[in-house]
Amino acid sequence: MSQTDFDIIVIGGGPGGYVAALRAAQLKLSVAVVEANHLGGICLNWGCIPTKALLRASEINHLLHDLGTYGFKADGVSFDFKAIVARSRAVSKQLASGVQHLLKKAKVPVFKGFGKLNGVAAGGKRKVLVQPESGAPQTLTAKHVILATGARARALPGLEADGKLVWSYREALVPDELPKRLLVIGSGAIGTEFASFYRNMGSEVTLVEVAPRILPVEDEEISALARKEFEKQGMRVLTSAKVGALKKGKNDVTVPVEVGGKTETITVDRVISAVGIVGNVENIGLEGTKIKVDRTHVVTDDLCRTGEPGVYAIGDLAGAPWLAHKASHEAVMCVEAIAGKTVHPIDVTKIPGCTYCRPQVASVGYTEARAKEAGYKVRVGKFPLMANGKALAMGEPEGMVKTVFDAQTGELLGAHMIGAEVTEMIQGFVIARTAELTEAELMETIFPHPTISESMHEAVLAAYGGALHF
Amino acid sequence: MATEILMPALSPTMTEGKLARWLKKEGDTVNSGDVLAEIETDKATMEVEAIEEGILGRILIQEGAEGVAVNTPIAILVEEGEAVPDNIATPKNVASAEPAPVPQPVASAPVAAQAAPAQRADKPVGRVVASPLARRIARQKNIDLAAIQGTGPNGRIVKRDVEAALNKAPSAGQVASALPASGGSSAVPHTTMRKVIARRLSESKATIPHFYVSIDVELDALLALRAQLNAMSPAEGADAFKLSVNDMLIKASAVALKQVPEVNASYTEDAMILHEDADISVAVSLDDGLITPIVKQADRKSLKDISQEAKDLIARARAGKLKPEEFQGGTFSISNMGMYGVKDFAAIVNPPQAAILAIAAGKKQAVVKGNELAIATVMTVTLSVDHRVVDGAAAARWLSAFRTAVESPLSLVL
Repeated sequence: MSQTDFDIIVIGGGPGGYVAALRAAQLKLSVAVVEANHLGGICLNWGCIPTKALLRASEINHLLHDLGTYGFKADGVSFDFKAIVARSRAVSKQLASGVQHLLKKAKVPVFKGFGKLNGVAAGGKRKVLVQPESGAPQTLTAKHVILATGARARALPGLEADGKLVWSYREALVPDELPKRLLVIGSGAIGTEFASFYRNMGSEVTLVEVAPRILPVEDEEISALARKEFEKQGMRVLTSAKVGALKKGKNDVTVPVEVGGKTETITVDRVISAVGIVGNVENIGLEGTKIKVDRTHVVTDDLCRTGEPGVYAIGDLAGAPWLAHKASHEAVMCVEAIAGKTVHPIDVTKIPGCTYCRPQVASVGYTEARAKEAGYKVRVGKFPLMANGKALAMGEPEGMVKTVFDAQTGELLGAHMIGAEVTEMIQGFVIARTAELTEAELMETIFPHPTISESMHEAVLAAYGGALHF
Repeated sequence: MATEILMPALSPTMTEGKLARWLKKEGDTVNSGDVLAEIETDKATMEVEAIEEGILGRILIQEGAEGVAVNTPIAILVEEGEAVPDNIATPKNVASAEPAPVPQPVASAPVAAQAAPAQRADKPVGRVVASPLARRIARQKNIDLAAIQGTGPNGRIVKRDVEAALNKAPSAGQVASALPASGGSSAVPHTTMRKVIARRLSESKATIPHFYVSIDVELDALLALRAQLNAMSPAEGADAFKLSVNDMLIKASAVALKQVPEVNASYTEDAMILHEDADISVAVSLDDGLITPIVKQADRKSLKDISQEAKDLIARARAGKLKPEEFQGGTFSISNMGMYGVKDFAAIVNPPQAAILAIAAGKKQAVVKGNELAIATVMTVTLSVDHRVVDGAAAARWLSAFRTAVESPLSLVL
């Protein structure tokens, strides 16, 4: 008889859940994971990772069509779209089996099935009912239950994905063929990445955003520069735009889009709906408990505790920002708190965000506008990648780095980057923010030459008296 | 034209002060040089004088307001018949170029130590582990990091810890309300000087490892020399002088400092600072505290010069009319309570100085000289020392040099 009683049961095996289990095992707690579909969650299987694989392909496609810039010549460049998608799936599969291996190595049992809270056993332990796809349900017990069931695409009325003409992220990841004309609704990270992928693969792409600018959570200057670059690449960008009722044809969709009082009718082959996500709060046993749900997300305190003692919620289920690294960090914090360690709540202004479009966008902390709203007197520094040697050498001079400092204390309030490789560089500013460095330490830091990261240094100098190379 | 009167900076280090009292009312006519208001800083009360004439149109900062930042508009001056504008863009006038200090109120002081330039709050004693941002905020808000418990990795002090300490710092009102209300106690709000004394002496006693060395010194030769010298003074006129015992002890301290220079020093994190001049801070008790005017370069001055200078400084200290540079600095302090008849006492080191000499009363008593019993006037002096700077042997050598200077006082007139 296998073990059914644990210190912690984690419902959901995504980047929140499996990391919680790994950390619990490290801390010598007995822990089990309940997962209905696939270990690694959306992130590994249908999100972060497979999109990066696709975006890599589209970046290569872009370079292949830009060979002349580097002095190359090639005729008859082509691609096998099915192979590109297959590669993306293979990468996901490899990583998911990696997670399985990690859990096995940590001796964490994985119960396949749909887990839900199912009351309290004698002795005060929580009961979790696991319903496998087929077969009898099983009851597990634990002192602590961590809910990590994640989220899914929001289906706006009239914009529901039908899997054929109207796609959610899931269909958009496994297309049979490249749509010639594509409409992407929503310019958050997900919509923008798909728009960038399909455009760079050769689709005619229209990106529609209801807010006045794309990537609305980013700094305004970054949004503006991103738009400029997308348009230069031939993407159509419509902001402050309202999408009307879709008219589905046999193999196309006609969409009325209203911008500034004027309605335009756009006909495309496929539509991607990327209008936000909703938490998976259904059928996990929240009914009849003290756990509160606010607009599809479980309400928690800043240490991920729900209204029910011994029940925690982490990751996308617990609300924005919907980022895998936020889920993983909450997982570690939550488990360490259960283990009696001293933990500190997550400061969302220290969580970086990355969007892997071309050019890439990365940021952490306050935008200039939000810092001012918060009452800070700010010092702002900017540096264009056009003035950076490495960016020029790579042939990717589009972009900029922007820093926002508190004029009073020298605290780095935020950093905002757009350009080549910025998603790999933002951690420098995240470390600075987490370690509470001021402008003085950043200015004293020696950045390697020639790198794009030098523009981070320059953007700090620019906030305090002047960049050297601009 | 209407002009703003701004909070003046009364010393180079002043960043804010208390607007203690308005001496003019709204509507009063103001002439150039009139005293408009009194400002209380750490050390003294100063007057704000008008530069221009006009009518005091509006008082913007009410009296009693604390923590008024330098250059904050405190009032608007208008011309006769002119309406008072709601606000003024330009030009701005700093009111007083030459602040004149005025006297202070109430209380007594047991031990000396005061003044000297404000120490950097983030100067750690021992190793304080703190983030750069936490250090900077602590420095800006004058918070002692050594008193903060860090909650970051490995106890590192981070921004939230400094902010928590800031929020915890109780206001005067909270402290007062925490006192028991029975038995006729009453809460007397702190003057700025009391706050500074409390802060600086707490910091000194809590962070400086003190030790104390006492020695008995015979005064008869010094008293005899003093009588001889005073007899040489003209009866009156500018050259008239009357040396006090204290004047001669200032000089004796300076002579001893030159002979044992390691006592004339300051401790810093990185290095020992050895001072060239013997600038002697002399503790002067005031009604509501104490202050330490400085006799600078006492080692190079004659007794007569020291006497005249000390007399002037003490008189002006009691009148609250010292300039900041006259009580900030100094390399060594003396606190003389001989006039109160005390037998001995120990003073608290006045940072960043390394030592302070506590002087008790001179009394005739029996002493053994050779194998004879004799009568001598003897006083006990106690040197309080910062052990980070000065070790026991150096302190003992200094006291020995001081005793020699007092008991063979001709060196004081060389």
